[in-house]
Amino acid sequence: MTDKIVIKAEGLTKQFGKFIATNHISFEVHEGEIFGFLGANGAGKTTAMRMLCGLSHPSDGRASVAGYDIATQAEEVKRHIGYMSQKFSLYDDLTVEENFTLFGGIYGISRQKAKEKTTSLLTELGFESERKTMVRSLPLGWKQKLAFSLAIFHNPHIVFLDEPTGGVDPVTRRQFWELIYRAADRGITVFVTTHYMDEAEYCDRVSIMVDGKIEALDTPANLKRQFGGASMYDVFYALARTAKRVD
Amino acid sequence: MSIVSVKEIRKSYNKGRTQALKGVSFEVEPGEIFGLIGPDGAGKTTLFRILTTLILADTGSASVDGYDVVKEYKDIRRHIGYMPGRFALYQDMTVEENLSFFATVFNTTIEENYHLIEDIYEQIEPFKKRRAGKLSGGMKQKLALSCALIHAPHVLFLDEPTTGVDPVSRKEFWGMLQKLKRDYNLCIVVSTPYMDEAIQCDRIALMQEGTFLSIDTPQNIIADYSETLWAVKSDKMHRLLTDLRLTPGVKSAFAFGETHHATIDTRQLSIDGLTAILQESGHKSIDISIVEPSIEDCFMNLQKL
Repeated sequence: MTDKIVIKAEGLTKQFGKFIATNHISFEVHEGEIFGFLGANGAGKTTAMRMLCGLSHPSDGRASVAGYDIATQAEEVKRHIGYMSQKFSLYDDLTVEENFTLFGGIYGISRQKAKEKTTSLLTELGFESERKTMVRSLPLGWKQKLAFSLAIFHNPHIVFLDEPTGGVDPVTRRQFWELIYRAADRGITVFVTTHYMDEAEYCDRVSIMVDGKIEALDTPANLKRQFGGASMYDVFYALARTAKRVD
Repeated sequence: MSIVSVKEIRKSYNKGRTQALKGVSFEVEPGEIFGLIGPDGAGKTTLFRILTTLILADTGSASVDGYDVVKEYKDIRRHIGYMPGRFALYQDMTVEENLSFFATVFNTTIEENYHLIEDIYEQIEPFKKRRAGKLSGGMKQKLALSCALIHAPHVLFLDEPTTGVDPVSRKEFWGMLQKLKRDYNLCIVVSTPYMDEAIQCDRIALMQEGTFLSIDTPQNIIADYSETLWAVKSDKMHRLLTDLRLTPGVKSAFAFGETHHATIDTRQLSIDGLTAILQESGHKSIDISIVEPSIEDCFMNLQKL
């Protein structure tokens, strides 16, 4: 982790009619940091994340991601971030290699370069033998690991992970976090949401949203001290049960 | 007598290339909460679809509420409630319309069985004129549960009702299920990928890739964990994991929230010895203590990779 700030949100707000989904949130994320973005369902996480990815225009406030303004330079933001969600990961009807070539192409990486990079990535994952395998026939755990590699294939400054380990078996879930650590060591900033409270412990810092606002933001150790909880589950529970929004 | 009985059920897709269920058997007793615990791809949904008579097994037999899933499927449909993993209500109908529709289909009325859903439905009643498609995730879940209960089923099948739901709402949902069991002796078969929910069930099957790794009470599965499990902590948690794995005598080590869980061959490596090795590698504030395994530890121990 360095001192360089790669995400800076100041009073970031999104309002739908009378409903303020994300209500003036401010925070900073450092280069190479693993930042856990937690909150109950309906707390406004997805809305905030969509704005940070340049997919939704803020109603108020501002934010910069990788040095670009999310409102005025949304296309630049998209070029410099990676994104992975639990729902969509890879194209099932393409082989492993074709998926990499396609994503590389979208981000302007030449075929030759993409091929070389695919080789080194698959070797690192111990997955070279599956290069020509149709993604459809891979086990879910492998798909998720490949999807993560794909999300950072173009060497983004920041990767956004939206519940990347949902439904994944316990061993693969831990292997997935090993990949996250490796990416962070290489200087990629990781912005991750999860409903697994043990995973909150693996983050450098964690923010917890309640009813559109960030109600707590600190290292897991400090949050546990602050809220007098033995685990991150206790901290989350103490905050989330104060929510007024009906979900 | 068992209310759900499953014998050697097998099911494959894609002309046999994908084996979703590789011969599973189990019984569920009346009034029991039975959990199918496992990751995506374990075969949980396939099993639900066979028991709710939506698809046929390739081989094996099963009965629900005393009826055979093949020959007497119509009788089963009358007496079960089913909440599929994906929201399956009518998005364009209001909350109230959905509920009365399901009551009518089962030849009953909302009033007749209102006592069953009262606690749950009360929470969404203020929004009864809202279209189901416009509800939040938590409200959809409560409506779906109400609709699955309105005909007073004998068995309730819930396929991953808590997936993607935050920990606080999950706890609340389990509270509702416990109350249904307590007040109405309702039998519930429920699946989940969250291992921490296993303790909410009377008995569980740990499932992976179409097979059961174990079936028992959560307490017995934990008691069967054959190793002494150690929780290890230091000031450098990430490096600690690598260092543990490189230490001879450490059989397994994996991250587990605020500590790492490790199994150790104590003939080869004492706890004092391990502490000394870690200190030498520059770790400070080292803490090693025995920890009771959780269902997740048991799952990983049984998991074949």
